[in-house]
Amino acid sequence: MRVPILKQRDYLIASVQSALSDEDLLRLRDELAARVGRDRSKGVIIDVTVMDVVDSFATRVLLAIAHILRLRGAETVIVGIQPEVAFAMVQLGLSLAGIGTALDLEEGLTYLDQHIRTDHARAH
Amino acid sequence: MHALTEMRVPIASEPDIVAARQAGRALAKEMGFDDLAVTLISTAISEVSRNILEHAERGEILLRPRNQGGRHGVSVVACDRGPGIPDISRAMQYGYSTRRGLGVGLPGAKRLMDEFRIESGVGAGTTVTMTKWLDGHD
Repeated sequence: MRVPILKQRDYLIASVQSALSDEDLLRLRDELAARVGRDRSKGVIIDVTVMDVVDSFATRVLLAIAHILRLRGAETVIVGIQPEVAFAMVQLGLSLAGIGTALDLEEGLTYLDQHIRTDHARAH
Repeated sequence: MHALTEMRVPIASEPDIVAARQAGRALAKEMGFDDLAVTLISTAISEVSRNILEHAERGEILLRPRNQGGRHGVSVVACDRGPGIPDISRAMQYGYSTRRGLGVGLPGAKRLMDEFRIESGVGAGTTVTMTKWLDGHD
């Protein structure tokens, strides 16, 4: 299932709506890589609240997305990792070291505001 | 409580991975596993299902309710008739190979479950049997 990507201020918000297949994750990666250029976005929030499994493949793709987007000039923050999912990731030895994480969408926006100096942030 | 029956999920394409872990989640929940155990089981199913696709292209996941001496649990059996694993100890090394994952696959799944057994013959395929007990410890 396709992940909708919404634009808010200088940011893009990708809200995962249902379980994602490997192909869905790779499509999200490709779409975000294109969208940050088209929309000149400085930050991207990926909301994974509804994901009940984040396995090694999903972790690898999330890491790749964050690294690709950084090369494209945008900061990524993953929000909404559920407590059970976090526990399973730790058991699996997986980490999202090097990329931003936050509790929820609101905290994710705060994270990006703090990590990115945009004209918008300066104006407020 | 009605009798829980074994479920069989064929694995032949990527969406089947999602189907297998969702079937496992539903069964584990029905059996009374808590949210954490349900997540560990479905994540382990995800890893072994992908392992089938990567190495054998097709196979199946059997979800088998267990009742052994009053202990309840669920076994996940991942089997394929693929090329088999020539060197099991190397395949079970954390961080070793795999084309698409992080080298986590089988050793990762083992960490999530209470019991884990792997049988493989070159040219004969691979069967991974892993079990989570309701009263098990992490």
